[in-house]
Amino acid sequence: MNGVVDWLILHSPALIIAIPLLGAFLTILIGKIGPRIRNVFVIIIMAITSFLILLLVNDVFTNGIRTYVFGGGSTSIESSYAIRILFEIDGLNAFIAIIAAILPIVAIIYSWAFMKEHTGLDKYYTLILLMTAGMLGMILTGDLFNFFVFLEITSIASAALIAFYLDKQNSIQAAFKYIVISAIGALFLLFAVALFYGQYNALNMAVIANNISFTFIDKIALVVLFAALAMKAGIVPMHMWLPDAYGRAPASITVILIGTTLASLYGLFRVIFTIYGKYLFSFDSTQMALTLGVLIIILAVVTIVIGVFMALKQNDFKRMIAFAAIAEIGYMFLAVGAALSTYTFERGAAIISASGQMALKGGIFHIFNDALDVGLLFLVAGAVYYAAKETSLNKLGGLARNMKYTTVFFLIGLAAVSGLPPMNGFASKLIIYQSMFQINPLLTIVAILCSILLLAVFVKVFYSVFLGPKLPKFSGVKEVPKSMLIAMGIIASIIVFIGLFPNIFVENIVTPATNALQNATSYIGGVL
Amino acid sequence: MLEWIEPLIKTLTTDSGFWNPLVWGIVFIISYLVIYIVRGMGKKEYKKDTGQTQVFLSGNPEYDKEKMHVPGANVYWGFTEALKWLYNKFDKMHTGNVSDYILWFVLIMGLFLVIMVVI
Repeated sequence: MNGVVDWLILHSPALIIAIPLLGAFLTILIGKIGPRIRNVFVIIIMAITSFLILLLVNDVFTNGIRTYVFGGGSTSIESSYAIRILFEIDGLNAFIAIIAAILPIVAIIYSWAFMKEHTGLDKYYTLILLMTAGMLGMILTGDLFNFFVFLEITSIASAALIAFYLDKQNSIQAAFKYIVISAIGALFLLFAVALFYGQYNALNMAVIANNISFTFIDKIALVVLFAALAMKAGIVPMHMWLPDAYGRAPASITVILIGTTLASLYGLFRVIFTIYGKYLFSFDSTQMALTLGVLIIILAVVTIVIGVFMALKQNDFKRMIAFAAIAEIGYMFLAVGAALSTYTFERGAAIISASGQMALKGGIFHIFNDALDVGLLFLVAGAVYYAAKETSLNKLGGLARNMKYTTVFFLIGLAAVSGLPPMNGFASKLIIYQSMFQINPLLTIVAILCSILLLAVFVKVFYSVFLGPKLPKFSGVKEVPKSMLIAMGIIASIIVFIGLFPNIFVENIVTPATNALQNATSYIGGVL
Repeated sequence: MLEWIEPLIKTLTTDSGFWNPLVWGIVFIISYLVIYIVRGMGKKEYKKDTGQTQVFLSGNPEYDKEKMHVPGANVYWGFTEALKWLYNKFDKMHTGNVSDYILWFVLIMGLFLVIMVVI
């Protein structure tokens, strides 16, 4: 038994990608047998993938960095470049992989009832598994060109799923915008990869990180990578595709889209802290780290403010949550920017101040919380659409009487995303606020004010959708089917659990991720 | 025997403070009990399903349910109206045209290029 588990742990990085990838293509065949068998098959594939992710994550948190070399044997390092393709998993990608393990499984359970009335579900589930494989590849890979390939897989599958409601013109438009933005982002990413390859003869992140000398070309590559990944992560003013895509995709797909957005954010952090980490945080470049930190802070503040203000005026349920999601990404970005701006050079080593480290921890913690909180709210929006066939806040009302469980889930999501105690969002935002106050009190004031506005945004939704008199046109509305309630219940339970016991999560999962982010040398050491 | 509980209820320390949901929960429950007791001291004249529970609009008849509900667009109307100048600028930004989306991307990349590479 132990032998099997050990084998699974050993090959888990490859299996985590291979199983959903093969499952995706088998889904079409299995779908020919019947929809019920197909649904069971898809959930089994995703459950196995999630189980393997948990095995791998546990292994990384227990034994440290894992390197998986494709093609067998160890990585050949010749003339300072690695030949083989490899996956490298440290605390940071293990952390993000947990999100990628939760979101698709919830989305699939939700889809059973939510998408039941639609045709073309074989392709729908195939694309979900393909999108998941792409997202996991982006998270686990240690190779920049591989990252580009997985980004493309994710983007194409996502675009097809955003356009799933073929009868709706807005969905097709949103998908078109998404694929254009993704293609542009990916092209620039490929350009940066080419710049690295031209200089260092390498595509491996650790090898590039080890050799990087911050030449003029490296600076251009940094700018290009930063802009491309920030656009994919939905940073203002490159965020405009996000409300379109999140708002028009089926709610179950939006949940996975959140994961792909966070995978891009992960890529951005990996570029800044790992690939450029060795040079950016050296004695010669602390000024550069400060400049980058300040630029990130400015973008983050703009992202939070515009996200919240735009959310406040929206009258479409899903579009409103999409803008709130943009603001939430701003919080993570703000924490990372603040941490970067506190880099100093002391006793021969570049270190982040204690406040900066805490801010980084809060930012990383918030990535997880954001995925759950915003994910839950989108599922609630989907449930409301499923039951009332309406997403306009001007037309909805009084649904709390008919949809009691959905209302409770919405309240949990509302409290979590607005940072109300005792939910998970409060714990991460508290860390960000308190650490940020030590760095710059003004940033804390802006962050808290915007969080209050975020609460106002969702109070508006709560009033417009769930409160008010019982409207005759919604008298026939019933609570959504069990599978949708179970999906929302899973996310709500995790939110409440992390909210009630934040320390256990921070100590065991967030802290290793934060440490990994700051320690580029360990990542490089995993290969070289 | 209850060692497993210890890590669960451990306090989360931040840079300059702490957060323990357990403490917050206890305070919340005590506050709730106090409010409940104070509420219990109130007058008991409320009669369910009588005229007391009817909607009162200065003596005017109640409108249809659909007309009584304030739609989402009217919530925070004052706020958005007062900040119309700002919202107009934001609206101009969000054209919905994918070419403009790319333009913003190019602008940000150019700006970063100037700051990070040239300066």
